[in-house]
Amino acid sequence: MILYWIQKAIAFAAFIALAAMGELLTEKSGGLNLGTPGTMCVGAAAGFIAAFRYCSAVAEPSVIMVLLVTLLAAFAASALMGLIYSFFTVTMRVNQNVVGLVLTIFGCGLAEFLSIFFIKSETGNVRCDFANTVFTARIPFLSEKLGVVSDLLFSYGFMLYFTIALAIVLTVVFNKTRVGLNLRAVGESPSTADAAGINVTLYKYVAACVGSGITGLAGVYCVMEFKSGAWATADLVTIQAFGWLSVALVIFSFWKPLNLLWGSLIFGIFYWAYLYLPQLLNVKLSTDLTQMLPYIITIVVLIIVSFRKKKENLGPASLGVTYFREER
Amino acid sequence: MTVRNNGRDPFVHLTKRAPVSALAGLLIRAGAFVFAVLLCAIVVWIMIGVDPITFLKTMFTGSFGIQKLENAKNFTSFWRIFTSSYFWTTFKTGCKLLLLAVALAPAFKMKFWNIGAEGQFLAGAISATYIMFNYPGLNPVVLLILMLTVSLIAGAIWGIVPALFKAKWGTNETLFTLMMNYIAIKIVDFFFNKWRGTKSALGIINIDSEAGWLRSLWKGSESAWFRNEDLIFMVTVLIIAVLMYYYLRLTKHGYEIAVVGDSQNTARYAGISVRKVIIRTMALSGALCGLCGFLCVSSQGHTVNSNLAGGYGFTAIIVAWLSRFNTFTMVGVSLLIVALENGSALMSNTYSDLGFSVAFGKIIVGVMLLFVIGCEFFINYKVVFRARKTQKEAVEA
Repeated sequence: MILYWIQKAIAFAAFIALAAMGELLTEKSGGLNLGTPGTMCVGAAAGFIAAFRYCSAVAEPSVIMVLLVTLLAAFAASALMGLIYSFFTVTMRVNQNVVGLVLTIFGCGLAEFLSIFFIKSETGNVRCDFANTVFTARIPFLSEKLGVVSDLLFSYGFMLYFTIALAIVLTVVFNKTRVGLNLRAVGESPSTADAAGINVTLYKYVAACVGSGITGLAGVYCVMEFKSGAWATADLVTIQAFGWLSVALVIFSFWKPLNLLWGSLIFGIFYWAYLYLPQLLNVKLSTDLTQMLPYIITIVVLIIVSFRKKKENLGPASLGVTYFREER
Repeated sequence: MTVRNNGRDPFVHLTKRAPVSALAGLLIRAGAFVFAVLLCAIVVWIMIGVDPITFLKTMFTGSFGIQKLENAKNFTSFWRIFTSSYFWTTFKTGCKLLLLAVALAPAFKMKFWNIGAEGQFLAGAISATYIMFNYPGLNPVVLLILMLTVSLIAGAIWGIVPALFKAKWGTNETLFTLMMNYIAIKIVDFFFNKWRGTKSALGIINIDSEAGWLRSLWKGSESAWFRNEDLIFMVTVLIIAVLMYYYLRLTKHGYEIAVVGDSQNTARYAGISVRKVIIRTMALSGALCGLCGFLCVSSQGHTVNSNLAGGYGFTAIIVAWLSRFNTFTMVGVSLLIVALENGSALMSNTYSDLGFSVAFGKIIVGVMLLFVIGCEFFINYKVVFRARKTQKEAVEA
């Protein structure tokens, strides 16, 4: 049973980590994007609509095209959200928290409206089974022949491995490449970066757009695998909550992509605790109160982080601050 | 690195602008609002096929319309029609949003990002409901006072806990308050599921005895027009909004909040105890959110669920920020937002077969807010284009 618990935790952790990675990328450039829940909803809606429309329009949908259509739609739609975000915070210099919150309201409304409009179903309860099978397809040999190892490590769709790969890529980019160092410089001290000749505006725009795009991929990943390819507009509330969790996870991970992986796994384990913990300990726990655990753990971690103020554990120095060149 | 502009001035640059007059500021914002609404009207026209005039008319009816006004013969019948109109609903819901925004104003003025209004609201609501559910036999006045007290305390606790850690160790308050929301939601879910037992929903509490309802105060006496739960709710909220205006503008506490918000170092230098101000302000902010929870339980739905705040805890943040912490401006902004929502609700009732869903309300609100906050840019900054070369420069070149 512990095996099932960990399996479920990993499946949950993967898309939360992916969403958090997008937010982390944005935050590295100094932008605190509280629009993440909205972006995730928009990505989920756009990706699902694209897959659903494609599968019902074509008699024999091909695997490649489904992937392409779904992921592209999700990425593009949510990158647009990132573009709006950076236009308002970078060019128009509006307070980041306010723009983020507005985008969350806007994004959730947009996702709901679009799905009802394009899917033409009043309750919005539809399925896209073909896309679900594509997203949950397992690696042929590894997922069957290795016993426990197969169940534990290889019983998931390809997005999990994409997430892990992305975490490694981001770590390398942040620490080893010029682009990554420039990006961090922008996040730490935009005026210094500006003086050094780095195009601050460009970095902030690209980071927010790509970051939001990744967050959107996490949204569609959540629908296709976690929700087994079923769409209900009521689920948007859940996706929104996941979005907030991923914002919290970025702080949880001390702004390091690899930490996101195990951080989200801890989240996942506590998220499912209400299902397995009572059986395991053979006690009766209230489901609702056990569901509080991931949030309480987050608060505890936040407090511990603030106790020991190590420099490398803090976020980018200019996080949440609007940069105006002529104001020094 | 190459120098791209060859030593010339950039083509366009920004400068800070001297504060514009209040009237000009209002006109710019109103223009942005009108523009946003027109844009939405055109989008609706293209996507759904409802022409802009009908759209605007329906939006207005759904938000400020009074149905069947011509049936009003005397004051009593007029009042009955009036209190069940769209107009009345918009004001009632607007007051809920307003109270949350007023509650958040001091925290935000202090630059304390309290995004936990939902949690503070729910903490107040659930503790008031707890008393109402478990002690319906008490004297109505005692019961209501008890409910009020516990909801104020619960809301304040939900605000003080993050404030304590922020004041002492600088713990990130944005996430702390956000997580406190979910803890409150789960507590509400816990009691909701416990109290409903095997029923599918909790339903209205004390529906027969009306214990813990605001109207239990005048139960048995003849009904007069002013004995109206909604009216008392609205008047209370408006009084608090006025008091908050003076608290922030004219009292020593309000001044301390402003100083701490602008610069904590200045505050320390001036001998203000930053910790004390943070904790005191968040206690006030949380308590007012808790009060809103109490009012919603005792005078509005007479029941509780985890969606009682309905996202207004987040919307209130935007209201507070847009109004620059001026509680009188907040009245207008919160009415406007609720009006857009209610207007879209009527639109979706009328045109749901064409594909208009109530979610469009969120889009309109979102677009409107983006335009209005976007126009702050033109209020604060001036866009300066590169001037033509003067003659002297031309000769030198």
